[in-house]
Amino acid sequence: MFSAAAIGIVITMSLALMRALLGPTTFDRILALNMVGTKTTLLIAVVGFLTDRPDFMDIALIYALMNFIGVIAVLRFTKYGEFISEGGTDE
Amino acid sequence: MEATLDILSWILIVVGSVFSVIGGIGLLRMPDFYARLHAAGITDTLGAWMLMVGVLLQAESWLVAVKLVLIVIFLFFTSPTATHALARAALASGLKPWTKNPENPER
Repeated sequence: MFSAAAIGIVITMSLALMRALLGPTTFDRILALNMVGTKTTLLIAVVGFLTDRPDFMDIALIYALMNFIGVIAVLRFTKYGEFISEGGTDE
Repeated sequence: MEATLDILSWILIVVGSVFSVIGGIGLLRMPDFYARLHAAGITDTLGAWMLMVGVLLQAESWLVAVKLVLIVIFLFFTSPTATHALARAALASGLKPWTKNPENPER
């Protein structure tokens, strides 16, 4: 049962990776990246159940947080061209 | 009771996987960025939720169950936020939504 879920998640991840490779705009690539990150979280949790190792849940939890921060950081970078803006360039 | 939970989690996991694959196909085949955003939404919310709740029903200990619930809550708050930020950044950068009739976008 868990292997069926893992196969479905891996298929989805490969479709998203294809979009990340094809994607005409940068935002398409970031969207695909975000989706691959979410699927990785799910995949880690499912593989933790599949191999009967409950400590994988901690890794999945950390990955869910890091994925969000990573997407926001990349978005800031594409908007301003740098990670930290100097002196309130916001709007 | 045990069999009922097993069947329920089977159904949730299979339906969640199917939704997630549908979203992946949509991400690949939709015509422009905003439509792809819509296709990606289904995997981040409904697919992820169903998969996680299906896995949650199989959890043996309370600690694992609480961690799974935390993952679901984080996904529930962070993925719409990321999608919103992405759509706003794309609109601010001047990306036009795709229409059937480019001369007259109202139709």
